[in-house]
Amino acid sequence: MSKAASTRADHEIIIHAVPQGARVLDVGCGDGVLLHRLKQERNAVVRGMELSQAGVNACVAKGLSVVQGDADLDLALYPDDSFDIVVLSRTIQATRRPEMVLKQMHRIGAKAVVSLPNFGFWQVRLSLFLRGRMPVTQGLPDSWHETENLHLCTLLDFDDLAKQSGFDLESVTRIAAGKASAPSRATSSLLNWLSEEAVFVLKRAGMAAR
Amino acid sequence: MTSTLQILRLDIGLPLDSGAIFSPLEIGYETWGELNADKSNAVLICHALTGDQFVAGPNPVTGQPAWWANLVGPGRIIDTNRYFVICTNVLGGCMGTSGPASIGPDGQPYGLSFPVITIADMVRAQAALIDHLGIERLFAVIGGSMGGMQVLEWIASRPDRVGAAMPIASAARHSAQNIAFHEVGRQAVMADPDWQGGAYQTKGTKPVKGLSVARMAAHITYLSDAALHRKFGRRLQDRNEVAFGFDADFQIESYLRYQGSRFVDRFDANSYLYITRAMDYFDLAAGFNGRLSDAFTAFKGRACVVSFSSDWHYPPADSRHITRAMIGAGVEVSAFEVETDKGHDAFLLDEPQFHEAMAGFLAASAADQGL
Repeated sequence: MSKAASTRADHEIIIHAVPQGARVLDVGCGDGVLLHRLKQERNAVVRGMELSQAGVNACVAKGLSVVQGDADLDLALYPDDSFDIVVLSRTIQATRRPEMVLKQMHRIGAKAVVSLPNFGFWQVRLSLFLRGRMPVTQGLPDSWHETENLHLCTLLDFDDLAKQSGFDLESVTRIAAGKASAPSRATSSLLNWLSEEAVFVLKRAGMAAR
Repeated sequence: MTSTLQILRLDIGLPLDSGAIFSPLEIGYETWGELNADKSNAVLICHALTGDQFVAGPNPVTGQPAWWANLVGPGRIIDTNRYFVICTNVLGGCMGTSGPASIGPDGQPYGLSFPVITIADMVRAQAALIDHLGIERLFAVIGGSMGGMQVLEWIASRPDRVGAAMPIASAARHSAQNIAFHEVGRQAVMADPDWQGGAYQTKGTKPVKGLSVARMAAHITYLSDAALHRKFGRRLQDRNEVAFGFDADFQIESYLRYQGSRFVDRFDANSYLYITRAMDYFDLAAGFNGRLSDAFTAFKGRACVVSFSSDWHYPPADSRHITRAMIGAGVEVSAFEVETDKGHDAFLLDEPQFHEAMAGFLAASAADQGL
C-alpha cells in the first residue's frame, strides 16, 4: 500500500473530486503526497491511515495527522459520518476483505473515491490470452509471487461490488498510459477494455449529487 | 541556559482524589522564553517519575544537566525564542513542590502523613500554577513516560485548555507488570531498616540501600535487552575472570550499582513511594465507565502519540491503545513509532526520527493555532 510518484493521474482526479474545505480520510495514504496536496490545493481537513510505519513516520514529520493502521481491521475505529470523503487509492486490491472495507467507507463518509488497477484492460487480457501467464504490465508491475495484490478485479467487477455495498456511482474516470480521460457517468464494456486504471467517485445510494 | 530554584507558594486548598484537601501548596517550577501578549505560546512539559523541572537548564541543586537540553532551548525544536516553556516539579516530588519530604504545617517533615496522590492530583497542582500565571489555554502539553500520563490527564480533565497534546512512551493505564516492578521497588525501600517506617528524616537516617535497589530494578525496565547486550554483554568489570564471589564481576552489575548509588543523592525515598503509587493508580478510562475514547471526546485539539519499538516498559501497544481510542473519539491524532533498540529511555536520547516527528507536529499545531 505504498505510493512513490509525486504526480499521479489518479491523484489529479481525486483532488478534483474533493470540494474546498472537505474532511478527507485517505486510507493507505503512503508518505502523504496526496494528503499534502489536498491540504494545500483544497484547504481540506485531512487525516490518513497507513500500514507501513515508514509511511506514517514520513507523514507525521510533514505535520500530517496520520496513524498506523490496517484498512481491513482498523476502519471500524472511526465513528459514523466522521468524514465527507474517504479515499482509497490503489489500495483495495491489496486488502483481504474488499467488501468489508467498502462497507466501512460507506459508514464513515458520505462519499468514497477509489482508484484501482483494471484487470479488464486490453493489454492485461491480451497478455494472459497470448502468453498464458499472469500479466506483468505498467499498471501491474510485480510478478504473481511478489505482488501485494490479493484481490485484483476488473472495472465491471468493482462497479458491482460498490453497488452491492450501498454506493451509487457518481463518475468513473479512465486512465491509460498515465493520462486521464473525461469522466463517465457509468461503466461499460468498452471502458473496461480501455482503462488501465480507473477512479470511481461513489456516493451513498439515494443521496443527491453535490 | 541558567536556572534557579523557583518556588510558588499558594495558600489554596487543593482537593485530591483521595478526598483530602492539601494546603498550603508549594510548586517548584521553571520557565524559559517569554509569554506573548495574548498568552497563547505556552508549552507545558511534564516530567517522568524521577525527573524534575529542569528540562532546559541544569539543576542548580544537584548540578545535573538539563534532561531535555537537546530538544528545549533557543532555536531547538521546542524553541524558547518562540514558546514560553513551563515545567513543574510534580506534586509528591522532592525538587521544590510539596512532597513527603517537605516540612508540614506542624514544622515536621510530612513523611507518611503526606496524602496519597494521583496523576490527576499532579495535574491539578500544575493547573493551579497555570492559573497563577494567567494562562487560559496552553499551546501544547508534552511529556514522556509518567509525563505522558499527565498529558492524557490534561486533555481528559481540561480539554479546552490544551491546543496540542503529545504523550510520549506512555500509557493510559498501568499494567500489572508495571505495578509489579514498582512494588518490587517500594518493598526494597521499605525493607531497609533505615527507612524507619517512613520517618527517616526525623530519625536522622536515609534508606539509601533500599532506594538504590529500587532504582536498579527500575533502571532495567528503561533499557532494552538488545541495548543492554550491546553496551555490556557478559563483559567483566576490571577483571579477566569471574571471582567466585558476589562482587560486581560483570560490567552490568557495576553499572546498575553506580546508577543506584547516584540516584539516592538526588531523590527522596518517600517521594519514590508516593509517585510510583500515583502511577500504579493511573487508569484514565476508569473515570469514563471504562471507555477510554470517552476520555478524549471533549478534546478538540491535535494529538501526536509517540512510542519506541523496543520499549517494553510502556510498549508501542500501549500507545496504539491510546491512538485507537482517540480515533474513536474523533480526535485529530497522529501516531508515530520510532524504530530503535534503546528501549524506554529512548525518549530522552538523540533519536532523529522522534525529533522529526515532534518538529512536524509542533509546526503544524502552531500553524493551526495561528502562532
